[in-house]
Formats: sequence, C-alpha cells, structure tokens
Amino acid sequence: LGLKMLSAQNFGESGKMKEYHYAGPTEHRFSPYAFNGGTVLAVAGEDFAIVASDTRLSEGYSIHSRDSPKCYKLTDTTVLGCSGFHGDCLTLTKIIDARLKMYKHSNNKTMTSGAIAAMLSTILYSRRFFPYYVYNIIGGLDEQGKGAVYSFDPVGSYQRDTYKAGGSASAMLQPLLDNQIGFKNMEGVEHVPLTKDKAVQLVKDVFVSAAERDVYTGDALRICIVTKEGIEEQNIPLRKD
Amino acid sequence: MALEDICNFKDKPTHKTFPFYASEDTSVSVFTEAFNFKWRGEMTSKKASDVPLEFHVPSLFKRPSSRASHSVSVRRPFPLSHGTTTLGFIFQGGVIAAADTRASAGGLVACPAVHKITPIHSHLVVTSSGSGADCMLWERILTREIRLYQLRHKRRLSISGTAKLLSLMLHPFKGTDVCVALTLCGWDKLIYVCSDGARLQGDIFSVGSGSPYAYGVLDRSLSWSLNKEEAILLAREAVFRATHRDAYSGNNVDLFHVTAEGWRQRQREDLKEEYYRDMEKRGLLGFSNWFTHLFLEE
Repeated sequence: LGLKMLSAQNFGESGKMKEYHYAGPTEHRFSPYAFNGGTVLAVAGEDFAIVASDTRLSEGYSIHSRDSPKCYKLTDTTVLGCSGFHGDCLTLTKIIDARLKMYKHSNNKTMTSGAIAAMLSTILYSRRFFPYYVYNIIGGLDEQGKGAVYSFDPVGSYQRDTYKAGGSASAMLQPLLDNQIGFKNMEGVEHVPLTKDKAVQLVKDVFVSAAERDVYTGDALRICIVTKEGIEEQNIPLRKD
Repeated sequence: MALEDICNFKDKPTHKTFPFYASEDTSVSVFTEAFNFKWRGEMTSKKASDVPLEFHVPSLFKRPSSRASHSVSVRRPFPLSHGTTTLGFIFQGGVIAAADTRASAGGLVACPAVHKITPIHSHLVVTSSGSGADCMLWERILTREIRLYQLRHKRRLSISGTAKLLSLMLHPFKGTDVCVALTLCGWDKLIYVCSDGARLQGDIFSVGSGSPYAYGVLDRSLSWSLNKEEAILLAREAVFRATHRDAYSGNNVDLFHVTAEGWRQRQREDLKEEYYRDMEKRGLLGFSNWFTHLFLEE
C-alpha cells in the first residue's frame, strides 16, 4: 500500500516526487494519506458560476480511473469541487450531503451557497489535528442570484473569490486565471466582464494547457455550469497520456 | 445555535466524533478529554474554557512513553497558510490597525487578497497572524462568545475581558500546532493574545514574519501627538517597507482606524503603485535605462 517508494512521504507538496538519493536508513511509517491528483477550477460570473474538474484518478505512477470527476452537485444552485486524497473527498461529500439533509429537515429550506461554505469550514476545522487532505472549491449562486466561488484550504480557512484553481495543477492555472479573468499584470487593457460562453471556452483552454504540463491532470474534463435554470454538465476529452 | 444556548435547549448531539477512547490507556483518556468538548446541551457547567467545537483526535499514533502528547499528530502532506505583517498602535486620535493581505502556503501565494483585520463589534477590531484557518475559526468563535455574553449580561464585555476570554479558550490547545497570534485593537487599548499563552497590553504591536521591518519604521516616527493623516501614512509606510523586504508579506495593505465612535476602514490599497511612486521619487528608476524610458513616456 503506502509503505515503500510510492508512499505519500516521498511526495512533497502537491504530489511532486522528491529527489531520490540514499540518505542513510530511513524509517517508513504508515501514512494514512495518499495523493490522488486532479485539478479543480471554479469561476463566478454575473449570473452564473462554473465548476470544472478533470476526471483522472491517479496514485503514484498508476491511473486508477479515467472517469472519476471531482465535481459533486450539492444543491440546485451549488456544486462542490474537491481534489486531493480521494478517500477523504468521498467521506467529506457524504458528510456534507447528510448535513444538507439535516438542515433541510430542520429548517424547511435548502442551504444557500454562503451557508454551505461556512458549514464546510467548521467541518474541516473539526479535523484540525488530523485534516481532510482535500482542496475544496465551492461554486454556485448566492441569494441575489450572482455567481459565487468559495475556496478553502485543507483545514477550513475560506474566502469568497471570483475565480480559483485548486489541486495538482493549481499553481500553473492560477496565474493564468489572474491574467485572463482578473486582468492582472497587464497595462492598458479594457476590463470586459466575462460572459458565460467566453468563460466556458476559457475553462476548456485552461484545462487543455494543464493537461499538457501536469501529469496528474488529463483524460477528460467535466464542466458544471450553474445558472438559475439549473446545472448543465459538459464533458470534453483531454489528452490521455 | 445562539438562541438554543440562551434557552438552555438540550438537544441530543446528532453527530458525534467516533469515540476513540476504546482502550484503557490512561494517556489516551487524558488526551481525548482535553479535546472532547461537546457541541451543545450535554455539559451543564459553562466554564470559560469551553470551546463549542468537537475535535476529532487521531489515536493511531499514540506512543505510551510520551506524556503530554499534544505534539503527536499525523504528519501533514501539505503546508498551511502562514506568514504576514500586521501592526497596531495607539496615538492621540485613537488606534490604527494595519496589515498586508498575502496568505502564503509554503512557497505558493495561496491567496493575494485575504482580510487579516476583522471587526468583532463596532469598537473592536482584531488583526490576525499565524495559521489562516486557525485565526479565521477562532475569530468566529470569539465573535460568537462576545455576542452571547452581550445577550446574557445586557452589557458588552470589555476589551481586557475579551482578551482574557480568548486566552482561556486557546489554553487547551497550547503545545499543539494551533498557531494564532491576534492583536485586539479597541478604541483605547491594544492587547496581544497568542496561542502560546501570552496576553500582553501595550501601545504598539507588530506581529508576523515582517514585523521586524515594521517595528523599525514605526519606532522611528511614532509619537503620541501624531495627527490622523500622519498616523495613517506611518502605518501604511511600515507595512509597505515590511512587504518589500519580507517574502511572505505582500500584495495590498488594509487599514482600520478605531476611535470612540467606532471603527472606520480605509480603502484597500495595492502596494505595487506605491512602490513605483517611491522609486520614482527617490530617483532610483534610472538604474535600468529602457525601463525609465517606458515609464516616463506614459
């Protein structure tokens, strides 16, 4: 399992292999974590939100599955994207679903995106000393119908953003999004607000780039577009190597 | 929920963390007792150190030899957000609190636009540094407790009282890797509370990886008799110099001014513009000729 060279210990941040050289006898302990790769991305627009993820599930040098999307539909107006350790992703989504049902039965209304974000923060922090190894991003519509994106760190720190990338290729995608959606680091550019079609095209292009350079991202792209009409899903193939 | 607590509504906890204290090992029970705070209802005595959060504690790595084994925890495969510059000082016109807005996780900028200064109520603002998630959650818990106090006792808790409450709430986590260093900025007092147990009142505090640079700038020009504009400029300058030299601080500067009338927030300012203005003023742009040419052309 996770004991020898392919264990999580040999991976530095975001699953990149550390340098291999003989440093003397080392002790290998059982690590309860594994890194399953995957990238998640969310963009908020004026009246829509997009949550996209690749569908590759990997571990070390192997691919477990090419069809394991990381977007989970929580309510009609909220989608959660989680990447990192797949076991923790599954448990976390189960817990969130249960809490959503409890809220619905106690309060007779569905949870809003902001409330789900606050709840997820406390769920993650309750495991402060044995964290869920999951990078979460929530995308949805807020009470006014505007797009909202909430990004989390693995122990529950969160904030509302306009766009965010998480997961293995996040360090590559985030600067690209800063430039294209946030118009950062460019002089003399007109700040055009993002339309839904343009945003979807941008997300597709961005994932194609990520699949080129990140080994843990690829196979297919699942896009969930949240509007007041509902949640539309699209599947786009990516490179499979 | 707040209303339930006031009415002493006893509800069965609907979700409990898995009871790990299955073994008879005494060290395990001591460990879990310190962390096993009930969410609502069960505990009849409401001590000040009660924390309204249940913590799941891993007992997989229990070593019977280590006593106060708070530090034994699962090795995390990811870094948490840390690194900051925050400062606060008192002057004749009230209290200024300023902070940068960068959250770094290892070598990556996790978020360039974080709010490190949060208002707790109309006359109290708290600057946070240390681990981002810890600060965010503990501020929420503190706000909740302050509000409950106000509802129960029909008066607001004083700033010293707030600081003491926070310190007592953090005490069970001393020795773990909860890393929280908050500066409570009231309208006439500054109190620094930290998860190591420190609770200090003072006239000037700067916390974080960029604090030495900020202290240098503040110690030079700070005096009681500054007027409001000078104080704001000083705070801004201190954060700007710290962000320039400290890798883990940067992006924008947030500024709050607290007076007896309440707090007022200044517009968040991008320090990139300030940097170029400063370089131009000092004539240092000339070191790269084509760059100067470009800049002056505009």
